[in-house]
Amino acid sequence: MGRKFLMKGNEALAEAALRAGCRHFFGYPITPQTEVAAYMAKRMPKIGGTYLQAESEVAAINMVLGAAAAGARAMTSSSSPGISLKTEGISYIAASDLPALIVNVMRGSPGLGGIQPSQADYWQATKAPGHGDAQLLVFAPSSVQEIVDLVGRAFDLSEQYRVPAMLLADGMLGQMMEPVEFGPEAAGAQEKPWALVGTKGKRPPNVVNSLHLQPARLEEIVRERFQRYEAIKKKEVLLEQYRMEDARFAVAAYGATARIVKSAVDKAREEGIPVGLIRPITVWPFPEREIAAAAGTVEQFLCVEMSMGQMVEDVRLAVNGRRPVAFYGRTGGVVPVPAEILAEIRKMAGRA
Amino acid sequence: MGLELLADEALVLTGHYGCGKTSLAVTMAAALAKKGRAVSLIDLDIVNPYFRAADFAKQLGGMGVSVVAPVYAGSGLDVPALSARVDAALESSGTVILDAGGDDAGAAVLGRYAAKLMGRPHKMLYLFNSCRYLTSTPAACVETLKEIERAARLAADGVLNSTNLGPETTAALVRGSAAFAEETARLAGLPLMGTVVPGRLWAALADVPDKVLLDMRVALPWEGRLDNI
Repeated sequence: MGRKFLMKGNEALAEAALRAGCRHFFGYPITPQTEVAAYMAKRMPKIGGTYLQAESEVAAINMVLGAAAAGARAMTSSSSPGISLKTEGISYIAASDLPALIVNVMRGSPGLGGIQPSQADYWQATKAPGHGDAQLLVFAPSSVQEIVDLVGRAFDLSEQYRVPAMLLADGMLGQMMEPVEFGPEAAGAQEKPWALVGTKGKRPPNVVNSLHLQPARLEEIVRERFQRYEAIKKKEVLLEQYRMEDARFAVAAYGATARIVKSAVDKAREEGIPVGLIRPITVWPFPEREIAAAAGTVEQFLCVEMSMGQMVEDVRLAVNGRRPVAFYGRTGGVVPVPAEILAEIRKMAGRA
Repeated sequence: MGLELLADEALVLTGHYGCGKTSLAVTMAAALAKKGRAVSLIDLDIVNPYFRAADFAKQLGGMGVSVVAPVYAGSGLDVPALSARVDAALESSGTVILDAGGDDAGAAVLGRYAAKLMGRPHKMLYLFNSCRYLTSTPAACVETLKEIERAARLAADGVLNSTNLGPETTAALVRGSAAFAEETARLAGLPLMGTVVPGRLWAALADVPDKVLLDMRVALPWEGRLDNI
């Protein structure tokens, strides 16, 4: 630690991945995440890694599958429409119990949408990252420093649980510049006795596969995977609670939106409104227990997102009808300003 | 050596992504307009879709700066289409500030205007920020400069120390970058034209020679938008 650098979110993400020992990047350019690929293209050849611009997003994610099966710390990165293209491969990676990092720098959508920031892929990331009974570990940083801090963790947990990880950012985080510090370089990939690295005639071959035609066998495999999901839910939840100690009102928000909410919370506190922020840092696993606990003391919740309301459903499930949960969102690439959120907080507190 | 612009001069700002070109271009254009100069600001960034000079068009327009931006800047379309107004501005007699995109990728568009720039008084400056990861050594700064000059088909006339950490820039950081700046200038074989200093540090750095003022900055949505509540 020590030296601070000024970095764009996308660049910091790429550098953090390199420092975490990632040496295989497969991608395809799309705004607003292109700097991740550009940075990798510049740096990978200098450190003996592989930067490969694939012919499509579909090809890139399947290259990640191949590299991961061979035991490499592999990653890909894209933005919303590109992630949709990758979802088949993501499901295959999850079903093959392979670790990998998938980055989504979300932009306005649906469809081709726009290139400004959005959070409208929350459902895709946390509920249906591909077909089938499967989850991803999903990390949602809210600063460039947090991107750096979470990339290594995402690789580590992905390998530990053999569950692919996603870093869910948005165009604002990807494009903005902030000072960052890097920790010491990580050891890199963990030991992988299951990897396809050749038997050298000493053991039976390892198999990485997602096709199981016998229903009973497939059910058994899925159930075993869900035991790992349960362990993740118990142990790996990350969140920030800001000014929640005496809060009677709570705003839930993640990612860059949470930064804007923080400004509004501070301003509301100046006006004497006892409000705090609950910020999930992992959105899967979701901080259900912590939000349920908050519902014991908080009178009302507000969820703010750059979408028409997606995470709000998880907040409502966690609150479980005990308190009202309101929603405020902007979508299509429109970024809310603190004043709009402050108005919603005042409304919640009966001060409108 | 200070950073003075003649009334009919074109100033081309180049450098690595995030070295502070846009903030400086916007600040200088506003300062010149305040002095009553005829000034055009040309946003030539066709690489970066966010946080760009065109975002200041309204504010600067109100101050009398003529802002020329790529046709689709800020519209959400990332089409690198350039307006013919760039040529018109370069043929005008006033002061012109060109804000190029980052690196050689951003400087390539300057090549399109190289001949026109050579035909009028102009100065191309290379800004560097030692706090940027890929330009954190003088040698790396000069390597990027050479790539930019090749892509722009123009030679830089000087380098400008723009070392900063955004809102976390301190007087000690700027002061401590002096040796780095001297070494970068020496390796580049170009004069060090000055040091970019944010307004809030101006007094603390009174003794630093050839300061160039920076008092407008690309802000984030959670910064300073609460005053009108």
